[in-house]
Amino acid sequence: MYLKTTALAGALVLAAAGAASACEITGGRVSIIGNEFPAIQTVGAGAGECGGIEFNSNLTADHQKLNVAGMSGDPAEYTTAIIANSSIVALINEDVIQPLDDLVAQYGQDLRPNQLITIDGKVMAVAFMANAQHLVYRKDVLEQIGAEVPTSYEDMLAAAKMIRDQGIMDNPIGGAYAAGWNLAQEFNNMFLGYGGNHFKAGTAEPNVNSEAGVNALNMMKALSEYMNPDFLTHDSNATNAEYRAGNVALMNMWGSRAATLTTAEGVLQEVIDGHAIAGPMTVGGGATPASTLWWDGWTVAKNVSDADAEATFQAMMHGIRPAMLNDETSTLAVWLIDGYEPTPAAIGVFEAAQAGTIPYPMLPYMGLMHTALGNELADFMQGKESAEQALTDVEAAYVAAAKEKGFLN
Amino acid sequence: MKHRTFFWFFLPTALAMLIFIAAPIVSVVLQSLFVPHEAVLIETENCGPFGCTPSTVIDQEATDKLRQEQPLGRFAGLEVYRDRGHLAVTEVRTAWAESESWGDFFSVLGNLPFYRSMAFTLTYTFTVTPLLIMLGFAIAVAVNSLNKHLKGVVIFFSLLPMIVNPLVGSLVLFWMIDSRGVLGSLIQYLADDPNLSLKASTGLMWISLIIYGVWHSAPFAFVVFYAGLQTVPMDTLESAQVDGATRWQQIRYVVIPHLMPLVTFVALIQLMDNFRVFEPIIGFNASAHAQSLSWIIFNDLGGETRQLSAAATTSVLTIIGVAILLSPVLVRTWRDFKEKA
Repeated sequence: MYLKTTALAGALVLAAAGAASACEITGGRVSIIGNEFPAIQTVGAGAGECGGIEFNSNLTADHQKLNVAGMSGDPAEYTTAIIANSSIVALINEDVIQPLDDLVAQYGQDLRPNQLITIDGKVMAVAFMANAQHLVYRKDVLEQIGAEVPTSYEDMLAAAKMIRDQGIMDNPIGGAYAAGWNLAQEFNNMFLGYGGNHFKAGTAEPNVNSEAGVNALNMMKALSEYMNPDFLTHDSNATNAEYRAGNVALMNMWGSRAATLTTAEGVLQEVIDGHAIAGPMTVGGGATPASTLWWDGWTVAKNVSDADAEATFQAMMHGIRPAMLNDETSTLAVWLIDGYEPTPAAIGVFEAAQAGTIPYPMLPYMGLMHTALGNELADFMQGKESAEQALTDVEAAYVAAAKEKGFLN
Repeated sequence: MKHRTFFWFFLPTALAMLIFIAAPIVSVVLQSLFVPHEAVLIETENCGPFGCTPSTVIDQEATDKLRQEQPLGRFAGLEVYRDRGHLAVTEVRTAWAESESWGDFFSVLGNLPFYRSMAFTLTYTFTVTPLLIMLGFAIAVAVNSLNKHLKGVVIFFSLLPMIVNPLVGSLVLFWMIDSRGVLGSLIQYLADDPNLSLKASTGLMWISLIIYGVWHSAPFAFVVFYAGLQTVPMDTLESAQVDGATRWQQIRYVVIPHLMPLVTFVALIQLMDNFRVFEPIIGFNASAHAQSLSWIIFNDLGGETRQLSAAATTSVLTIIGVAILLSPVLVRTWRDFKEKA
């Protein structure tokens, strides 16, 4: 009897949800390319609920290798790309996405003004969530050593030393320091925290070989002394695995991953109980957190028919409609959608935004700088060369790439 | 065969070679000689969830005009070949003039992506190729002397490393040598050093990659040699036995000379394959310690801003590298062919 009632209740809820999410579009093609993490999967699935359209979605970690090529054709294979403030640059550089001002006026009543990404006065993307890296820690371990929650990387080092000296953990600090994109991103955080600027003002000339750059590298080296010796192969997934296994007590982690950190299978009970989130840390006495702010949003391809563009816009709007927020989806991200109530897991990203964290630089040549950093910093982290030499190499690698792409003469 | 018959017989192959081999080579050579137009940048303002910031964007209309005028881009000649990401002519010249010792010179070279990757690629190629030939030969000889009933099973298991997808195979090994993996823990226990990590040391990482390379390719050599062993002339072998040759002498003076052409064949294929080493570097997440030309191509195309010209240039350098590597073997084959003719 109980089972039957539950089943019936479940069916009713489903039916109600189905009715509430009715979305009918009169024809058109919607094809999504985007990254894969729970929040984006939710948005993609939401867009797919719409009837009357030809729907496709390709959500993969390799999205940025595919999106430019898949949108360059005419008609474009993908009618929309879900991107972040770093990856929209490649789409704008290659001119494959269209301004959305008219579509926003027609179908975008539910959008809040801060969801509109305007570049050169034109709306080029609609943002639906914010993200940032911030502190994730084990409150039980910090209580055990009697330390406060670190607000700076210097505090983090001090706490890590205590944890190691008291024999609680061998390598208490975690970090996504895998050579390549991740390592470069950790440098960006630290560099901005020390007040650095990647480029000389108003130009594409590199500016990382500076005092801020050297300080940033030295701090990263100091932190790595408290990390698993394999740190140069650890991306976010591997770092999270270390945390879940109870080997790590302090780490700088993405907000979009923090909420689901302890929900995976096989997480130790002490990790679930001790798991806590705080804002991003500062470094070197600076006021700006050593982190970057990110948004994720969607775009509409340039080379598609007006009907497909309209269908895509409507379907994606359905994917991020205020009614999609419920107890389950609210924890997945810090949504920018109207009516979102922050959950406890969102505190890290909110504090990042309030503390004046700098958004990841949205410049045409930032991608080349990021690649150069990812390739050239590993030698320094292994102690094979000095910080100055590593940064000289970064600038040289960047200049060669920027000359080729026509950003520098 | 009549010329006419030969022509029609060969036409499909020739067409396929033209489309799948010649055309892509022409395409990469062309792409490596051109670079994108100079970007026309304009100062503007970007706004989003975190407020407005002054920024720079590409002026699409102006850039589009440039593209229409010259669709291939700017002609750069050998400029990309000479830049720091490739042959680094200026950097090498400066290092040559300024270094006081060979050590200094090589440490500067080791800092340049092309030479750094060549150091690993050549080490890998010239250790893996002979080792896998020796191992493959040893397995073939061992299997050949097995009981008929056992042979099938043993052959199947010896072939497994080649059947497993390279990326999957390297990932499996990667997790085994992790400092918390089966092999990683064993090595820590044997060396009595709890902080020893294969993944943190360049030397050990190179050794792991080389072991993986031998493990993965030895079955190929084994299959070829095993087939060759079936054709060893029995009379020669028997007369050697009558003359009192030991098993080692039989192998050294009868079997190996008979299999020499196959050794050349395996060496040829494997030199080419190993020079293009790529999957294990990705699977082992080893780019901090070891990079190859193929890895550089992948990396140039995988960033947020794709560098097509840089990738094309590295591709051309790879083709040249393979050609140089194969030339001694090819010359030798040509001479053998002429002698026989």
